[in-house]
Amino acid sequence: MSKEIVQQRKHHPLLYAVAILYAVITLLPFVWSVYTSLKPTSQAFNILTPLSMLNFKSYVSILHDFPFTHWLFNSLLVAVIVTGGNLVVNTLSGYAFARLRFPGRGLLFYVFLGVMMIPGQVLLVPVYILLANLGWIDTYQGLSIPFLLSPFMIFLARQFFLGMPKDLEEAGRIDGLSHWGVFFKIFLPLSRPLLAAETILTFQGNWNSFLWPVLLETSQNMYTLPVGLNSFYGQYNAYWNSVMAGVILLTLPMVIVFLIFQKQFVKGISTSGLK
Amino acid sequence: MKRRKYPLDQALAGYLLVLPAMVSLAVFLIGPILYAFYISFFHFSFLDPQNATFAGFGNYIHLFNDPVFLRALLNTSLYSLCVVPVQTALSLFLALIVNQVKGKTFFRVAYYLPTVTSTVAVSVMFIFVFQPSGLLNRFLLLFGIHGPNYFNSPSFALPSIMALAVWSTVGQFMIIYLAGLQDIPEEIYEAADLDGASGWARLTRITIPLLRRTTFLTVVMSLIGTFQVFDQMYVISGGSGGPLNSTLSVVLDLFNKAFKDMEMGYASAMAFVLFVIILILTLVQQFVLGREQE
Repeated sequence: MSKEIVQQRKHHPLLYAVAILYAVITLLPFVWSVYTSLKPTSQAFNILTPLSMLNFKSYVSILHDFPFTHWLFNSLLVAVIVTGGNLVVNTLSGYAFARLRFPGRGLLFYVFLGVMMIPGQVLLVPVYILLANLGWIDTYQGLSIPFLLSPFMIFLARQFFLGMPKDLEEAGRIDGLSHWGVFFKIFLPLSRPLLAAETILTFQGNWNSFLWPVLLETSQNMYTLPVGLNSFYGQYNAYWNSVMAGVILLTLPMVIVFLIFQKQFVKGISTSGLK
Repeated sequence: MKRRKYPLDQALAGYLLVLPAMVSLAVFLIGPILYAFYISFFHFSFLDPQNATFAGFGNYIHLFNDPVFLRALLNTSLYSLCVVPVQTALSLFLALIVNQVKGKTFFRVAYYLPTVTSTVAVSVMFIFVFQPSGLLNRFLLLFGIHGPNYFNSPSFALPSIMALAVWSTVGQFMIIYLAGLQDIPEEIYEAADLDGASGWARLTRITIPLLRRTTFLTVVMSLIGTFQVFDQMYVISGGSGGPLNSTLSVVLDLFNKAFKDMEMGYASAMAFVLFVIILILTLVQQFVLGREQE
């Protein structure tokens, strides 16, 4: 609180000018994309297009004449499966590492910590070969099942559960709950902040991911939005209004999620910075 | 051995809970890494795995005589060495400003917006703004400057991607700095005020030194991130790393060697070189942070 008071006496118009200038630099490309997406094709490079010429035709066109609706569906489906899977896999192991004792626990946890250092690109070739042998290239299972584990999320979950009081378990045990009961009835209902952070980080990462999808999605039918947009841009880059409508379609859902949950985003980023 | 330390039902529950993660770890991480390490010593093509021939260290040696890989390594290093300092300085600068103005939430949200945006969307937006007759060049024209055709010019393409990278990540690092700033006790500033310290002295003698842990962390995080750059290069150059390999990054080169030329043994060797670079950065981070905590 005292900080706020100290800060009040030193705001200076110049600080506002710089802050606003950078906000303009950040927001202008977004505003420009929305503006362009509403124009007719011929107006794309015009700075001042009459308002009466703006409409949603390019959105209708990409959703109706091109497979954007399908790509949107793929993106949502894969992101939901991957996020749900990550929540289960990583929360459960984080809990076990924090609250249950079993032989080899310490060693195993160090293995997970160790693999956090491995850059995902090392996996491109061997996992591609594995998925090809399984016949999983260009399938939903190939896009989701290899991506359910996140050592970082295990680490986050373990930290979270370590921070909870010991009495919780004992109270549950006295009430006659099993280990499962303690987890599901006591710890899980208290883990909403953890689950929120995990959901946001995983969903955002998967929604925007490109490297694996562009490798694994070989037919247009399986494209997720980033891969679809890249391919659409490659073919129709003269139609900037439609390309920009695609950009907005890819961007808007994440922006809405961000605006609703911005506190959790900020918390997630701050914790990831402090790991 | 005190067996009692591990009640059987608890140990069983523990193993069951880590089982999914262990299976995934073995099948999709450790197994593949060992396999990649193995094939990095072979001339291996996915199309013809039966005819893989042993190469010894051939792939690794070839890497350092391969002008395309060396170009990719140079591009990636340049990209990293330019993006990281600019991004760090700018995010600290913005954090210091945002920390002192009203409407902090608005600025935080605005600056963070590019971070939640897909790199593909950001790349396409920048391609449009950086068109020869795009918004940026129209703006420069007001000052009589004729801007280039950024992404089609071998000398401007990489710097333009650097600008894109700084723009899209500054908000994330600014938020980490804002969190760091909250941890500096106000009493230190009050003491400095009593000693009559100027604003500049407060910044260089108190704020920046006390943020060194945060700075170190963001620098290493962004070094690691920039060394793995791929999306922007792929979208902007249409996958080629052009013009004239000027936007070829290590990961893009790896991707093309593995999946266009099908030289998967060679690409795996490349992946391990990248791995070693990142491992060194991570170990330096662990070492320095570990020493700081003592």
